[in-house]
Amino acid sequence: MAGAVDLKDIFFVEADELLSALEEGLRAIQTGTQEADTVNAVFRAVHSIKGGAGAFDLKALVGFAHRFETVLDSLRSGRLLPEAALLGALLHASDHLADMISASRQGGSTDSELDERVILALEALSGGEGGAKEEEAFVFEPLALDGPFGMDLAAVPLVFGARKVSVSFRPHAGAFASGHDPALLLRDLCGIDEAEISLDQSALPEPGVFDPGQSYLGWVVTLQTERSDRDVMAVFDFIDGCCDLTLTGEASADPGLAPFAEPVAAPDLFAPPSLLPEARSQDPAQGAKPQNSASAATPAPSPLTQGATTTPRPTIRVDIDRVDRLVDILGELVIHQAMLTEAIEQSPGFGSVDVDRSLDQLRQLSRQIQESVMAIRAQPVKPLFDRMHRIVREASMAAGKSARLVTEGEATEVDKTIIERLADPLTHMIRNSIDHGLEKAGRRDELGKPTEGVVKLSAAHRSGRIVITVQDDGAGIDRDKVRQIAVEKGLVSATAELSPQEIDALLFLPGFSTATEVSALSGRGVGMDVVRSEIAGLGGRVGIASVRGQGTTLTISLPLTLAVLDGMVFEAAGQTLVLPVSHIIETLRPEAAMRHNLGLKDSVLDVRGRCLPLIDVGTALGFRRSLKPGEGEIVVVVERGDDGAIALMVDGIRDQRQVVIKGLEANYGQIPGIAAATVLGDGSVALILDPTDLAAAGSLPARPHISLAAE
Amino acid sequence: MRSPGYASDPDIRELVAFRTAGQDFCIDILSVREIRGWSRPALLPHAPAFVQGVINLRGAVVPILDLAKRLGLEPIEDTDRNVIIVAAIQNRTVGLLVEAVTDILSVPASGVQPTPDLASETTRNMLRGVVVQDSRLIRLLDVGQLLPQADEAAA
Amino acid sequence: MSLRILAVDDSLTMREMLRQTLTEAGFDVVLAEDGIDALQQLPDVAPDLILTDLNMPKMDGFGLIDAVRKGDVSPRVPILVLTTESAATLKERARSSGATGWITKPFDEQSLVSTIRRVAAV
Repeated sequence: MAGAVDLKDIFFVEADELLSALEEGLRAIQTGTQEADTVNAVFRAVHSIKGGAGAFDLKALVGFAHRFETVLDSLRSGRLLPEAALLGALLHASDHLADMISASRQGGSTDSELDERVILALEALSGGEGGAKEEEAFVFEPLALDGPFGMDLAAVPLVFGARKVSVSFRPHAGAFASGHDPALLLRDLCGIDEAEISLDQSALPEPGVFDPGQSYLGWVVTLQTERSDRDVMAVFDFIDGCCDLTLTGEASADPGLAPFAEPVAAPDLFAPPSLLPEARSQDPAQGAKPQNSASAATPAPSPLTQGATTTPRPTIRVDIDRVDRLVDILGELVIHQAMLTEAIEQSPGFGSVDVDRSLDQLRQLSRQIQESVMAIRAQPVKPLFDRMHRIVREASMAAGKSARLVTEGEATEVDKTIIERLADPLTHMIRNSIDHGLEKAGRRDELGKPTEGVVKLSAAHRSGRIVITVQDDGAGIDRDKVRQIAVEKGLVSATAELSPQEIDALLFLPGFSTATEVSALSGRGVGMDVVRSEIAGLGGRVGIASVRGQGTTLTISLPLTLAVLDGMVFEAAGQTLVLPVSHIIETLRPEAAMRHNLGLKDSVLDVRGRCLPLIDVGTALGFRRSLKPGEGEIVVVVERGDDGAIALMVDGIRDQRQVVIKGLEANYGQIPGIAAATVLGDGSVALILDPTDLAAAGSLPARPHISLAAE
Repeated sequence: MRSPGYASDPDIRELVAFRTAGQDFCIDILSVREIRGWSRPALLPHAPAFVQGVINLRGAVVPILDLAKRLGLEPIEDTDRNVIIVAAIQNRTVGLLVEAVTDILSVPASGVQPTPDLASETTRNMLRGVVVQDSRLIRLLDVGQLLPQADEAAA
Repeated sequence: MSLRILAVDDSLTMREMLRQTLTEAGFDVVLAEDGIDALQQLPDVAPDLILTDLNMPKMDGFGLIDAVRKGDVSPRVPILVLTTESAATLKERARSSGATGWITKPFDEQSLVSTIRRVAAV
């Protein structure tokens, strides 16, 4: 059933949201920043997960969530106090619940012994609360509808042979107030078998004293049926307690079911089973009761005033595919707008002020649409940041350190795809900070630092890019040690003169690891080089800064979107190419004196005293072997991820414009030095350069590992 | 382009026949997305010789393979009379540069003969068989082989 | 004319599930996220039946039942409670608040539909 699959997807998406609410709430309680409703919200999160899991028959999840919920209920009711140990166990249970859900999502399950251990550890702290189940222990039954229609009818004893049953029925005024409709009950009775109904209007008062809010009518229904009294009474289960009801039947074959001797209504709908129908009907307080108990239970809110203050801004959920489709169409719009502009500019009549103005407006509108569409795809980084709390908890525990995560700028919005692909690099960076950055508590104490280390994660928009930093207050980079390791591993020569920044950048080299003992966490074979390449894959850069004794800051800078970029269109070796404007530092036409050769083929450009590697784009890409006069006379200085810069030689610069990013991976594969492609105004394809990768690409053999080329 | 008879007779295959480097080839019509005129591709750095570059196909960036070079045949003349057969190969869209599309053939399964042993190893690996039609020998290409096999493991 | 049901649940999964089940059964379904949301929609929706969860933020099921019964809009609409809770004390409280019936989650689609048909006039 396709619908069921979709519902399950919805459940998992919702479960993720509930899990973050749960974790966030628990953290708030832990830090004492909770609000009045926090404990309730935490309880509800687990409760809703249980409810959803039950609907999909995820038994282990339901069982765990139920016991978890029981402990939270004790916390909610004040029977348990939010002590540190309990909160630790609650957070651990919350982490484990997340694991269970993610396992279910993959169609698997977690180790049931582990499930049991985690929940038992929690129950132990809650005074064995959950161990001894209450009478209302949650039992999972797919079919758990109360009332006769939910019961297995085969289990209801039938009395064979038609007999006459007479039901006298008189609803109370309260029955109407509770939404009951006698006509429906009569209809149901008639549905059982042949029935005769007579109306008893003897109680009707004189017209003058008639009160429309009162109930004056009664009915007597006579049935010819094979059904038992219990079956007949089952019709009244919902209204039970809101009416006078008597049943007189001919001898029933089941002596245990003699009317009135015991409850005849189907399993307690509302009423405690011990109450007899007559007893209930004689309860004069019935009509007045609802108001009292309900208003005592909930502070009767005035719907209008309360609604006005709490109404959230309306939102809609949209399938991401629809938004992606919009992004695609928008890309086409940008391309066609460029085509139109180009066509008009080349037409004889060009130069009209009106046309020029219209084109300009078209450009602005298309940029506005683009920004609006990007805003749809943009999401706050908060859920991503929230996930990092768990990383800090686990990493600090494994490293035997004490650490806490502080987040800032959680509302900063970033493209959804970027957020998804940031989780891994961010996780690694944070683990790295805890593993290598922070000192152990004892050492911190000696240094006069607070024993608990702080990792600060922040996000902000800065000049058209997203900047995310991971900052620790640990020991900072031990540059002597980094240098020594790099030399030992043959990454740099022992005699190389390196600036502090250059030494820090060594951390990003493939195969570098400063941990003298490989720890359980960072020793997973991924180094900062992987972080760097993952960030580069998103069109971003990673920077590092460190102050000895004070800590290290890693900075990621990312584009706002993966769909469009501001590009500089240029020519090299007869090809039209694009450079991301965000990488460009300056453009210049160098004089011969600025150029110096290093060795046989390498050359550098002296830009105001700074020597930059000089690379011809056409040659680096393999489009030409050497430069002819007039070629490569313009130099674009671009920055690389490690704060270095390179000088790129190009033949000519066309213009600067927005380009739509088209992936090459789908039909071809990744190409070193090329970030993506775009479609220009004339419909032709231009490749978008990845300058950080270009220098390396130039020295590659002619057949790199690209999928089509790999033979 | 499917004839009405196609669906009703599963034994009949429809093939797009074309010519390049003086030889006749065909591919299954089901892998053909469209046939379009030549347009100048953007060069791809460090690409193998048979990859001409990439073109824009309604917003998608599609690589163009020069089929003659791919099969190790004589190079074909660089002219805008050449055509591109856009084919779907293993979830990728790829353009095949050929000299001209000549025909659409309806061939019963029995009409496809095994590739003769005479053919060179490179050529034979990329053929599924041959079809003889009006005294012409038409080579049935195995499009899956046009992309290198290593690619599948890597992808 | 089909029955119009206002289904109130804070869980998106449950809301979707109810929407699908009840729409398939031929009911008109309007969804609300909590008691407040339900009360605000009540005048426009004018439901033939309200199906509500108990445990919800802002205003829970009891609050909703109470407010509907004491309010001016459809005070006598049948209200079914749909919840994972099964404690007798809660059932009694719901009944005395003026709930029409009680259904325990997870629910069986057919039973849910037939129960609705029993308490709401077509």
